[in-house]
Amino acid sequence: MPHDVSNKSAKQSTANALNVAVLVSVGQHPLTARARRADQDARAVEMALSLENASVSLLHAGPQDSDHEEAIRGYLGMGINSVGLIEQKPQADVIPALANALRASAPQLVLTGTRAETGEASGVTPYLLAEALGWPIITGLAAVEKVEQGVVTVLQALPRGKRRRLRIRLPALATVDSSAPAARQSAFGPARRGELAHQKAASELDEALSTWQFQPARKRPKRLKIVKSSSARDRFKAAAAKADGGGGQTLNDVTPEQGAEAIFKLLKEEGVLS
Amino acid sequence: MSEFVRRDPRKEWIARNRLHPQHLEMLAELGGGAVASEWMGPNGVMRRNPHAVGFIGPNGIRRIDRSGIQQAAQAPGRSIEAKDTRKPVTVDTPAFMVAVVPDMAGGRLSSHDRDLLGLARQLADADPAQPGAVLAVVFGEHKETTFDEAGIDRLIHLEGERFSGYLPELSVATLQSVDREMTPRHWLLPDSSVGGELGRRLAARLGERPAAQVWQVEADTESATGWRCTARGAAGRNDITRALPRIVLALAECADPVSETRHAAEPITLSNGLPDILGRIEDMGEVAVDPASVSLAEAEFILSAGNGVKNWDSYHHAAEVLGATKGASRVAVDDGFMPRDRQVGATGTWVSARVYVAVGISGAIQHLQGIQSCDKVVAVNLDEGCDMVKRADLAVIGDASQILAALVSRVEQYRAEQQENRDAA
Repeated sequence: MPHDVSNKSAKQSTANALNVAVLVSVGQHPLTARARRADQDARAVEMALSLENASVSLLHAGPQDSDHEEAIRGYLGMGINSVGLIEQKPQADVIPALANALRASAPQLVLTGTRAETGEASGVTPYLLAEALGWPIITGLAAVEKVEQGVVTVLQALPRGKRRRLRIRLPALATVDSSAPAARQSAFGPARRGELAHQKAASELDEALSTWQFQPARKRPKRLKIVKSSSARDRFKAAAAKADGGGGQTLNDVTPEQGAEAIFKLLKEEGVLS
Repeated sequence: MSEFVRRDPRKEWIARNRLHPQHLEMLAELGGGAVASEWMGPNGVMRRNPHAVGFIGPNGIRRIDRSGIQQAAQAPGRSIEAKDTRKPVTVDTPAFMVAVVPDMAGGRLSSHDRDLLGLARQLADADPAQPGAVLAVVFGEHKETTFDEAGIDRLIHLEGERFSGYLPELSVATLQSVDREMTPRHWLLPDSSVGGELGRRLAARLGERPAAQVWQVEADTESATGWRCTARGAAGRNDITRALPRIVLALAECADPVSETRHAAEPITLSNGLPDILGRIEDMGEVAVDPASVSLAEAEFILSAGNGVKNWDSYHHAAEVLGATKGASRVAVDDGFMPRDRQVGATGTWVSARVYVAVGISGAIQHLQGIQSCDKVVAVNLDEGCDMVKRADLAVIGDASQILAALVSRVEQYRAEQQENRDAA
């Protein structure tokens, strides 16, 4: 197994620094469909860079051509010297290669995005890696609070801006989604100067992929509102009812107190007042 | 038995004949014990009850038939309609199982869960000769009472101290032992933040390749499993059509929920007992979050200010008291009253709040675009005809600062009452 080159080149690595590896992928711009750094992976890199006393190494496994290289250089432009590139054939299963590379470099914390922006994008890769390495995995990392004696305390993002505090024994994997802080801009000069450390690895072809059909996403059909009622009158009323909208209530000529009472009632019904 | 309407022509005839001595008795009898419309008062005066006149027609409207032809034909058994018409279904010896792990958000089956159970029913009922059973695995305490209506045949409820909180490792180990014991043909999980995580963990543990973001499942004789599914891939840009795998993570509205049958929802327990797991992930509970620090895109409750707000101190105070995240319209940001990252709308953030309170915002189209996915919109505005009032679920016309002040005092009063109740308890 080749040694992880990117690990060596990390300048700030010191004796007791936290060794963080970030798995990055090639994303796709939602409008132009150009290759770019993947948004969630860039957030993972940002989170790794914001950790105190951490040595950050980047790892990417996938096919290598000029488009991909441009996208990967987007991560280098965030202030990182080199990125480890594990060369894989297109349509290859990258899990064994990544697992081997991680076993060899033995980072304490592995960060990655929740879901890829191209291909199957099922978001299972981090879980498969965690299973292969036998490490715990947490999802939706929002912030790392502290790291001490092999235990990391993190905040996990829940829907609606809520947070949950978790403690995990290292080594561990964590995925970052779009509730993490936004990634810094990628600077052009450092992106050019950064080093791409190529590594060779055997690629295992993903057999199942060839039996699937890929096509541009169809618009999902809207669900019809079906009224099941034994009474013809109810069915007619439902069919003849005007489409929703315009159902709002307007309070005119009320005192501020009455208006406030109405708003208060609505807030309480919705349960947003703690 | 009571479904058959028995008619007594003689009684009906008496009920129609207002001069018959037994007329009132028969009316009362046929009316199902309803009040008689006419009776002799204590002083010999005829009293009438106009509300008791007539009968309820088949379409639910009260009819007064002065010709007397229909009056006696009122069906005595109107209450039949309210009876549950759903067909009870029991599967005693299922040929196979389809397991569903509902999210149970807030302790109840969500609409996403019900859609998923509908999909499970489709898979289980495909072959009438070999009916399958739908197995639901529910973790933790719940408040749900309609498991039978949702289409569940067997229910494993894992409750108690051990299953409260965030325990992904224990949940997966439990699902694994369910898998070993029941060997369900399919595992269906909602592809939401909770179910999606659990499903992927389970897939990795069982070594199965799941289909994520499935939105359509169709029968297909050519595929190995007899079913074909369509899933979203590449951040929603692609559709992947493939044979239905064993573990399916499905999106909302993947199938219609069950509505015509009622199932057993028979509680069962695991014979092997529950696994003992030493978790490496320790849940330390939810953290109180300062609403001001929550990003606008994921805030639940937003108090947004626009050009109509003159007293900014009172607005900031109101947002603090209500515990709302602050938002602003473009004008308020351009005038320098609010920071740029608080701007809601096409140029700023597209919000998805459950409650959005717009104070002094008239509702430019760019702003209304940004609040498209909000559930409830409350508008406080001086102008009754503005677009925001048309969009709002509740609009209060009046001076913003006065209404905000009144709202703040009302909420403070409510908080004080809550505090008193807590102290008394």
